[in-house]
This record gives sequence, C-alpha cells and structure tokens, in this order.
Amino acid sequence: MSALLLALLLLPLIGAAVCGVMAGRENLDRAARAVGLGFSAVSLVLVVIVWSLFSTAPDAPRFQGSLSVEWIPAFGVSFALGLDGIALTMIALLSVLVPIVLVFAAADKLPPGRTGAGFTALILATQGVLVGVFAATDVFLFYVLFEAMLIPMYFLIGRFGGPRRQYAAVKFFLYSFLGGLIMLASVIGLFVASDTRLGQGTFDWTALQGMAAQLPLSTQIPLFLGFFAAFAIKAPLVPFHTWLPDAGAEAPIAGSIILLGLLDKVGTFGFLRYTLPLFPAASRELAPLVLTLAVIGVLYGALLAAAQTDLKRFVAYTSIAHFGFIALGIFAFSSQSIAGSALYMVNHGISTAMLFLVVGLLIRRGGTADMTEYGGVGRAAPLLAGMFLVAGLSTIALPGTNSFISEFLVLLGSFPNQPAFTVIATVGIVFAALYMLWVFQRTMTGPLRGAAVVGDGPGAASAATFGTETGDDSWMRRTTARFGDLNRGEIALLTPLVALILVLGFFPGPVLEVLDPTVAATMSEVGVPDPVTQNGVAR
Amino acid sequence: MSPLTSAMPTIDYGAIAPVLIVLGGACVSVLLEALLPWRVRGRVQLGFTLLVVVAGLLAVIVRSTSGAPAVTTLAGALAVDGPALFLWGTLLALAIPSVLLLADRSVEPGGAFVADPVALGEAEEKEKAREARVAVGARSGGGGRSRARTGGGDGAGRDGAGRDGGRGRALRARDTVEGHTEIHPFVLFALGGMLVFCAADDLLTMFIALEVLSLPLYLLCGLARRKRLMSQESAVKYFLLGAFSSAFFLYGLALLYGYADSVKLADISQAAAGSLRPDSLLFGGLALLVVGLMFKASVGPFHTWTPDVYQGAPTSVTAFMAACTKVAAFGAILRVFTVAFGSTVWEWRGVLWAVAIASMVIGAVLGLTQTDVKRMIAYSSVAHAGFLLLGAMAITPAGLSATLFYLLAYGFTTVALFGLVSLVRGPDGEATHLSAWAGLGKRSPVVAAAVTFLMLALAGIPLTSGFTAKFAVFSAALADGMTPLVIVALVVSAVAAFFYLRLIVLMYFSEPAADGPTVSVPGPFTTVAITLGVVVTLLLGVVPTAVLGWADGLSFLG
Repeated sequence: MSALLLALLLLPLIGAAVCGVMAGRENLDRAARAVGLGFSAVSLVLVVIVWSLFSTAPDAPRFQGSLSVEWIPAFGVSFALGLDGIALTMIALLSVLVPIVLVFAAADKLPPGRTGAGFTALILATQGVLVGVFAATDVFLFYVLFEAMLIPMYFLIGRFGGPRRQYAAVKFFLYSFLGGLIMLASVIGLFVASDTRLGQGTFDWTALQGMAAQLPLSTQIPLFLGFFAAFAIKAPLVPFHTWLPDAGAEAPIAGSIILLGLLDKVGTFGFLRYTLPLFPAASRELAPLVLTLAVIGVLYGALLAAAQTDLKRFVAYTSIAHFGFIALGIFAFSSQSIAGSALYMVNHGISTAMLFLVVGLLIRRGGTADMTEYGGVGRAAPLLAGMFLVAGLSTIALPGTNSFISEFLVLLGSFPNQPAFTVIATVGIVFAALYMLWVFQRTMTGPLRGAAVVGDGPGAASAATFGTETGDDSWMRRTTARFGDLNRGEIALLTPLVALILVLGFFPGPVLEVLDPTVAATMSEVGVPDPVTQNGVAR
Repeated sequence: MSPLTSAMPTIDYGAIAPVLIVLGGACVSVLLEALLPWRVRGRVQLGFTLLVVVAGLLAVIVRSTSGAPAVTTLAGALAVDGPALFLWGTLLALAIPSVLLLADRSVEPGGAFVADPVALGEAEEKEKAREARVAVGARSGGGGRSRARTGGGDGAGRDGAGRDGGRGRALRARDTVEGHTEIHPFVLFALGGMLVFCAADDLLTMFIALEVLSLPLYLLCGLARRKRLMSQESAVKYFLLGAFSSAFFLYGLALLYGYADSVKLADISQAAAGSLRPDSLLFGGLALLVVGLMFKASVGPFHTWTPDVYQGAPTSVTAFMAACTKVAAFGAILRVFTVAFGSTVWEWRGVLWAVAIASMVIGAVLGLTQTDVKRMIAYSSVAHAGFLLLGAMAITPAGLSATLFYLLAYGFTTVALFGLVSLVRGPDGEATHLSAWAGLGKRSPVVAAAVTFLMLALAGIPLTSGFTAKFAVFSAALADGMTPLVIVALVVSAVAAFFYLRLIVLMYFSEPAADGPTVSVPGPFTTVAITLGVVVTLLLGVVPTAVLGWADGLSFLG
C-alpha cells in the first residue's frame, strides 16, 4: 500500500512534468491534455484500490501504508508518508475532482499566449503536491509541501485568471506565505522543544505528538497560534479571509474548484491533524476564540454572499460560511461534530465543485460573471437551471443531499458542548437558504431577460418592454437556440457529481466508516470527554 | 630584544597552501600582464586564474579530508581550523563562477570592462588609416566628403556606422576591443585577501587582509565599459566609505590593544574574562571594530554604499563582490564574535539585536520601493545580512554551522542571479529597470524560469537552498533564546517576498513592452556559471545533507 501511496504522489507530478515539456509545442496541445487526463484517471483508479485496502478495524494503526526515508538527518527530517481516514477521503476527493476539472477546462478559451498543456501541468502539479500535504507524517515535509503548493496555484491564477489576476495572485501568495512563515516559527519551536525534551530533534509526527502534548500550556499557546494562523488564513476564517473572494473570482473555474474545493481544506485538515493532537491543552483553552471566529464566519459569509453580484465571488463567500461550520465542528470536541466536520470537508468539495461547474457553464454561454446580466435562464436552458438548483440545494444542505448529513452532524455534535455557538450557527442555515434561493430566482426564473441572455440583438428591446410571456415566439426560439442548453458532454461531466451528491445524501456510511477510527483517535488525543458516548447516545 | 635574535616563526606550509597558491598566483598574474602581448593575454589570464582557483580549492579539499588538526601558524597570525577551511572552500568555489562571469565576452562584445589601452590604441590607428582611405575615395567620388568628416566624435561616429559599411566595421572593431585583463590579478588579490580575512587570528592581520581584499574591489567597480559615470561614481563612493570604515576598524583595534595588550583574538578573550580593566575600552573597541566589519558585510545601517555600488559596478563584479565579500566578512564576524568576544556575549548582544532588526527591516522595506533590479537585489542582500547576523550572534555550534551553510547557499544563488541579470540587455547595455523585465517569461522562458527559481530561493521557499539555510539559522537563533528576533525575521521574510514576487509577476503576467530589451544568448562561460549556481541552489534545497554534515561540528580554534 505504501508503494501505491507513493505512486499517488508521484504520478501527477510526472504527468505535470510531461505536460510541461509538451507545453512548448502548439501541435501537441491536445495530446498534452489527453496525457494529463490519462494521468489523473490512473490516479483515480489507484485511489479506488487504496480505499479498498484501507483497514477500518479499530485496532488498525493510525497511519496506514506508511513509508519513511531519511531526508535531512541533521534536522531529523525524513520523507515520511502515511494515510489516516481523513487524509484518505481528501485524497479521494482530489482524485475524483481533478479529471472532471481537466475535462471541463478542455473546452475553455485560454488567454492569448497560454497553452492547455501548461494549464494541465499546473493542475497536475497542484494535485501531486496536495497528495503530499495530506499524506505527510513528517511535520517538516508537511511544511515544505504546504509552501510548495502555493507555487502552481499562484501561476494558475496569475497566468490563466480573469482581468485582475495579477492582484489576486499576489494577494493569494502573500497571505498564504505570511501564514506559512508564522507556522514556520512554530515548526522550529517544536523542533527545538523536541531537541531539549527528547534529546534529539525530530519532525516525526507521532514522536512530536507524544512530546508536544506534554508541554506546559504557556509553551503550547504560542506554538498553537503559529499553526493556527497558517490554517486560519488557508481555511479561511473570517478576519483572514479577504484573499479568498479575489482569488476565487479571478482564478479560472477549474482553478477555483481546486482552490476552494481542496487547497483550502488543508486549513481545516491542519486543524484536525496538527493543532488538535499536537497542542490539546492550547486547543481547549483557545477553543472559544476559534468558535467565535467560526460563528462570525458562518453569518458574515452568508450575509456577504447574499450581497454579491459576481457569481464566482458569490460562491467564494458561501464557502467562507461553510468553513465556519467546519471549524465549529472541529473545535466543539465531540466525536459527532468532528466526524461531521471531516465529512463536511468532502461534501463541501463536491457541492462547491458542482456549483462552480454550473456557474462556469453559465459564464461560458453568457460571457460574464455578473449575475445582474442574467435572467430567466430556466426558459432558455432548463437543464442548466436544473443543475444549478441541484448544486444550490446541495450547498444549502437540503435533506437528501450530501451536505445535509454533515451539517446536521456538526450541529448535533456541537450542541452538547457549545449550545450558544451552535444556536447562533443554526441561524446561518436560514441565511444560506436566503442567498441561494435568491440568486436562483434572480438568474434562473421568470421571463428571459438580461444582456447576457438575450444579447443586444433585435427583439431585446421589445422583450424588455413587454416581457416574453406574450411576446414574439420566434424571437424566444432564436434566443434559446443561441444561448443553448447543456449538451451531452456537459451532462456527462456533471453526472458523477450529481450522483455523488445523492448517494452521499442517502448512504454516507462508507465514508463515515473510513473517517471514524481517525476521529476517535483525534478525540483521545485532545483528551476531552466525548459527550456523545458519555450520554450513551449512539449515532 | 633586538630583531636579530628573534627566531623565525614556524610556518605550516601545508595548512596555508590555499592562501599561498592564490596570492602567489596573483603575483604571477601581474607578471603575465606585463609580459604577454594583449592578443593572447585575455585567454592566458583566464586559464591561469581558473587554474589557480581550482588548485586552491583542491588544496582546501586535501587539507580538510586529511584529518590534519586545526593549527595556528605564522606566529599566530592565521588559524587554519574547521570554519576557516569551510569558508575557504566556499570562497574558492564561488570564485569559479565569478571568474567565468568576469571573463565572459559573449554577452557584451569585448567583455564588460573598459577597453585595454594598448588594444584600443591599435584599433584607433587602424580606424584612422581606414578613415584616410575612405576620405581619399570620397574625394574622388565627390559628394560624400562632408559626411566622412562628421565622424570625429564617438557618438557621431556611431550614428555614421549604420550608413557607411566600411567605417562601421572599423568602429565595431573599436567597440569590441578587448577589455582590461588586469581584472584577473585584481580578482586573485581580492580573493587572497578574503582567504586571509576569514582565517586571521589577530586583528592586525585581519586589518591588512581587509585592505588587500578591498583595494582591488574598489578598482574593479570603476571599470565598467558602459555607463562609465555611474561605474566611476560607485568606485569613488565605495572607496571613500570603505576607507572611512577601515578607519573605524583600526581605531577599534587600537582601543582593544590598549585594553588587552595584544591584538590576538584569544588574548582579548582572556583579558575580557579575567581583568579589572575598564570595560569602556573593550566595548568601545568592539563597537568600532564591528562597524568596520558590518560595513564590509553590508549589514544595515552600515549598508548605504551597497545599492549604489551594486548598481554601478559591472554586473560580473557585483556578482563576485556580493557573494564572496559577504562570505569573507561574515567569516571574520563569526571568528571575532566567537573567539574574542564569546565570553562577554551577554553584554554586547543587545546592541546587535537592534542592528539585526535594523538591517532586516531596512533591507525589506527599502527593497519594496526599488525600480532597478540590481538595487533591489542589493537591498535584499541587506535583509539577508540581517538574517545571517541572527546565526552569527548565536555563539553556539548550531549557529556557526547554520551561518556557514547560509553563506554558501546565498553565495551561489547570488552569483547565478547576477549572471542572469547581465543577460537582459537594451540598446545601451544592461536593462536593469524593472519595467524592462515585463513579459520576459514569454520571450525567453528559460531565463525567466531560472530567475523565478532564484527569486524563490531568496524568498526562502522550501525545496530551495534559501529555505534550508533560513531554517537552519532560525532554529539556531530560537534555540539560543532569540525568539523575538526570529519572529521579526519571519515577518520581514514575508515583506521581502513581495518584491521578489513582483519581478515574477512582471515576467510572467505582464505583456512584454514593444521596445523591450533583448535577452542575449549567453556564451559557455556565463552558461556554466549560471547553471552551477542554479544547480547548487536546487541541490542544497533538496539534499543538503552532505554540506550540512560538513558544516556541522566545526569549531574555531582558540
């Protein structure tokens, strides 16, 4: 299994290198895209195999498929990989989304002078590094990859993004790099502490966990804050979130999906893997602070989402609200809420990817992300509107969709420990329904209208004056034909995500089964009595 | 005691072989300069210089692998110990790409240095003869006479070159006259001075080495073929400020001699540990001494010469100076701090905290406002000097090995970076203004990719040597109780990342300017130098174990 894990890390990187070499030749562009897709498909197959090999038995080791090679002995650094349940689900999500994203992007128009091969290479490089980030069991290796993943994403935004891409790319990089450097201070602090306590400096996660958890609170708090700053910027929690709407709006759709769906999950993943187990006392002590930020994020993200007119910024703000929920579940310290958060990370990835894809398809037709330019799309493109509704309902966690399970678990699990925060966060659900349905109503329902839909051609004026209900039939047919509904390829692209939304909405069991042992281990590392098992409430 | 009765000190020739090779080579190089005709001089001098440097490097390698014990020799003037050998190895290794860059003539026809007077005279004579012939031809032809006459001044002649094929050839010949070959002995003398500087075990030797390394550098700075005025200004500025800082150093030396009755580093340490003499002499001396050393290492706030000199000097000289002077200066700083003032560290370190913070902040903040690539790198070197000081102040084995590693890593990155800067050229020499770099990624992706990689290394992104070095230095500083400084350093790193990033943004995300500069195709010398720098930067980032292992466990003698 460790060979498979290594292959999962290296395959996308090799694919990226191959595509990068092919990027110089115009005539190889289509071939490079196909090669990239091939590599991502092989990764998907590998993940399925790894998933089937992953043991969920309660006595299985915390990290499976571990391998460790000495890297820099002077600092006690080794190249160590291993999978726990949370890492596995994140890597699986990554491997599912990357092929979809690549297929979607194949039909995208690129900015002048950019090649599809270069784009594919950057996506695959991000994938490879992300696998490493989730699978690293050496804190130094994690930090190295944590910073390294900025570089492909930076070029993805800066080279393939929208009009303000330079600003967005630099802002994204600097925010994350600053967070990373603050974390570096804590990483070094951990190393120095291990040097004095264990007699030999190490970065091995397991050794550090045993050592750091024993540190006095006064030492744990600054170390915790260093890690927390990096993850709060990455996740992002509210006062550190301002880079996300810019980056999410300026990145190409495919980049936005990777960015919001996966790269940002490194933040919440970091809470679960690093801050909680390494600094349990500090986590308990500072939980109210994090919970406050989380709940503010839930409400603030929802309110700002409702106020957006740019479709991509809108999706970015909904994500800020969702990250609030995830952070709430993590820092509420119950097995239900943490499992809910881990599941939420997967579900949010799926829903956001779906939503971004639908928005991307809409933008491809209308040519703008400004939602005031759209109206009555449901008449011109009923399937597209239907898909938007599915994505939207999944985002607002309607029962029967995937997100409902996780959101419900988070709120249910958080209530016994943190009733006040949970009650306030629940209000966020109402806001979510508000922003999503309002957007749907403005863009999808009603008569055909808006410059992006009806264009500036003849008949646009009459439609604006009289409405199309009683208007000229041939004009409407022409508009509908021009705008166009989903074609077969696009439907095929969205189908796996719709299937995942529904299947995970009704049968989340297989994913929860993989997550549960890791959640239990995290709970024992935090050392908070679990209100769920205490009260004898079985899930 | 009369001079006659004093015994000759014993000399360990094996230990000081690298110094002897380099300084002896420099003397031979002077002779070659005097005796060889200019036509063959350039090639011979380059070959000889490289030979000397490689021989010196081999001597260092032989010495450090032979397991010979650390010794002081020449009556205690030089200490050949682990750190000295590491620094020597670093200096000589950095000298190879630097010499290659200095000798390059593919980028600028005739080399980056002002033309050799003899060669220039011959070329001018040829040109005059040709002009006379053209004038004769023109008289018989009629109307072209006045045009031929306008070609008196240099600038006018250049204009004429496009119109008149025959004259154009002559002018081009003059334009491409081989540059000064004196640069080779200069470089060898400077290098010899640096070797002595970081191994000097007494302050007087250190002072003489300081002068030996500085004087050739002052001259080299003023020898640029293009932008003469700026180059000469930089030389004068460097010289005047350098002389000033030497005076500080000497005054500090005098005070310390007054305090300890000796200029030997170990004696100063002993005197400081167990004497009732007034501390004002000791710390006054230290302060003045440190000013002189910090000046050479371009640590803020003693950095004011750095941007001007980096900008004005020929880029290859800047590369040599930025990499090697920093190594030598920090080598000396490490030795002085550890050997002479290690016992009093708690009394003076507070002041140096302020110096380190000032250096880091000045470098990062002023670097933000620069619009010239070379000035930007200069300010970044000031910030890096601050980081280096963090390691140098931690008087621990970890601090020493981290600083040594940092010097090696930073040196190779810098040499390669300046090599790349010299490739981007406009109509009047190097195009170092930032705006000229816009869209470089599209026009020459390889150069842009290399610059990007080195910029990321300077910013300290993982998998580059810059990160490994920063990590080593910061962990040493943290372990020695300098947590606030480390936090400042990390914040400064983030600020500095912005201006490194700005260049990457310009190169990749901006459209190229219509009349933008061209990127020269580098000749073999420059290619080798740049490749070496980039490869070392990558290797020290990915597999730093060998070098870290060498740096680890070294200690000063005394």
